[in-house]
Amino acid sequence: MAAEEGEVRLIGAWPSPFVLRPRVALNLKWVEYEFLQEKFGEKSELLLRSNPVYKKIPVLLHHDKPVCESMIIVEYVDGAWANSGHAILPADTYERALHRFWAFYIDDKWFPSMFGIAKAETEEAKAESAEQAWAGLKLLEEAFEKLSKGKAFFGGDTIGYVDIALGSYLGWAKVIERMTGLKLFDEEKTPLLAVWAGRFCAHEAVKEVMPETEKLME
Amino acid sequence: MAEEVKVFRSWGSPFSYRVELALRLKGVAYEYIEEDLSNKSTLLLEYNPVHKKVPVLLHHGKPIAESLVILEYIEETWQENPILPKDPRERAVARFWSRFLDDKCSLALWMSCWTEGETQQNFMEQAKECLHLLEEELKGKKFFGGDSIGMVDIAASFIAHWLGVLEEVAGISLLDEEKYPNLCKWTEEFLKSDAVMECLPKRANLLAFFQARKHAISATKASV
Repeated sequence: MAAEEGEVRLIGAWPSPFVLRPRVALNLKWVEYEFLQEKFGEKSELLLRSNPVYKKIPVLLHHDKPVCESMIIVEYVDGAWANSGHAILPADTYERALHRFWAFYIDDKWFPSMFGIAKAETEEAKAESAEQAWAGLKLLEEAFEKLSKGKAFFGGDTIGYVDIALGSYLGWAKVIERMTGLKLFDEEKTPLLAVWAGRFCAHEAVKEVMPETEKLME
Repeated sequence: MAEEVKVFRSWGSPFSYRVELALRLKGVAYEYIEEDLSNKSTLLLEYNPVHKKVPVLLHHGKPIAESLVILEYIEETWQENPILPKDPRERAVARFWSRFLDDKCSLALWMSCWTEGETQQNFMEQAKECLHLLEEELKGKKFFGGDSIGMVDIAASFIAHWLGVLEEVAGISLLDEEKYPNLCKWTEEFLKSDAVMECLPKRANLLAFFQARKHAISATKASV
């Protein structure tokens, strides 16, 4: 569904997992958009004007009106283009609550532990963060089993809200794996998620916008 | 049927208060289960194994945790007196401010009241910035939700009631009427609502609770 020229713009940067989220959402809904790449180390006037509270990417501009915060943008896209592509949040209210719950968990609890591995200054600190990250992934493995109902994604047959929330971190997860030699999405520890990770990255709505590990490592 | 809806709560928690307020605004009958946070029930731990916290909403036996997630569920399940606008962009704005209250605001306000010295000064600066942003957001509106109480107002109930108590205990002033006239007016309007007042914990009880906590912390420090 082609948007009118200039109707949909996304301010972001290609390496950011948070920016990846609305990009996947827009792709799932077949929405054409203009990607406004921020210059590294510098925030544009447009960004500062569009997100004065946090001054952060991503910001979606729809008819020049800004929407901020990555998962809020994803939900916005789901609602604004409800008649296009597949639903990102499920129809059932209880399942929607579960998707929202796990997306909160991923950002508030899991991401800090994953990031903690990268920031760790000692082997001990690294090991502790890794243990927390694996423990978190075990919970997410159980959530995957419950939400996917045997299908490919947390969202069932198609990419859903939690898939986007967790999948957006896969690029950086791979970088951390390379840097530390630790396997985050381990086939033995979390077999379902290990397969899901590959599947998510290969999806047509994701593969063009998922940053390459080599590029991130530079 | 009241037995269908249960809320695991703690009397003083601003988070479980949000859930009760939303249910009352929508006229939903519910039963509450009081939790002693120093001795959590087996049921609570079973229903919220990830965070082990209140609030938890139980509907038809299915548990939901995280106050903002519960608010969204309540909104979608009971359509009376909506707490979110219909327009997708306005909904996104409401969600933005609700998250802002949790991610930035609550922490700055809370820590301003429990720290000292330079640390406290830094948190107070952050808190004032947050209050200023909320003040601006309220311009020309009775509530964050417009003419009626909405999700952001519910999420901000901490400011309307708990903040004053904490300021008193800490001996500081944050919500200054001269600097934040909109927020102060909002507090007055908010506290006029029947639904708001029905399940609000008594100020005296909150004061006693937090004063006791402050004494306990001081006593620990003094004995070190």
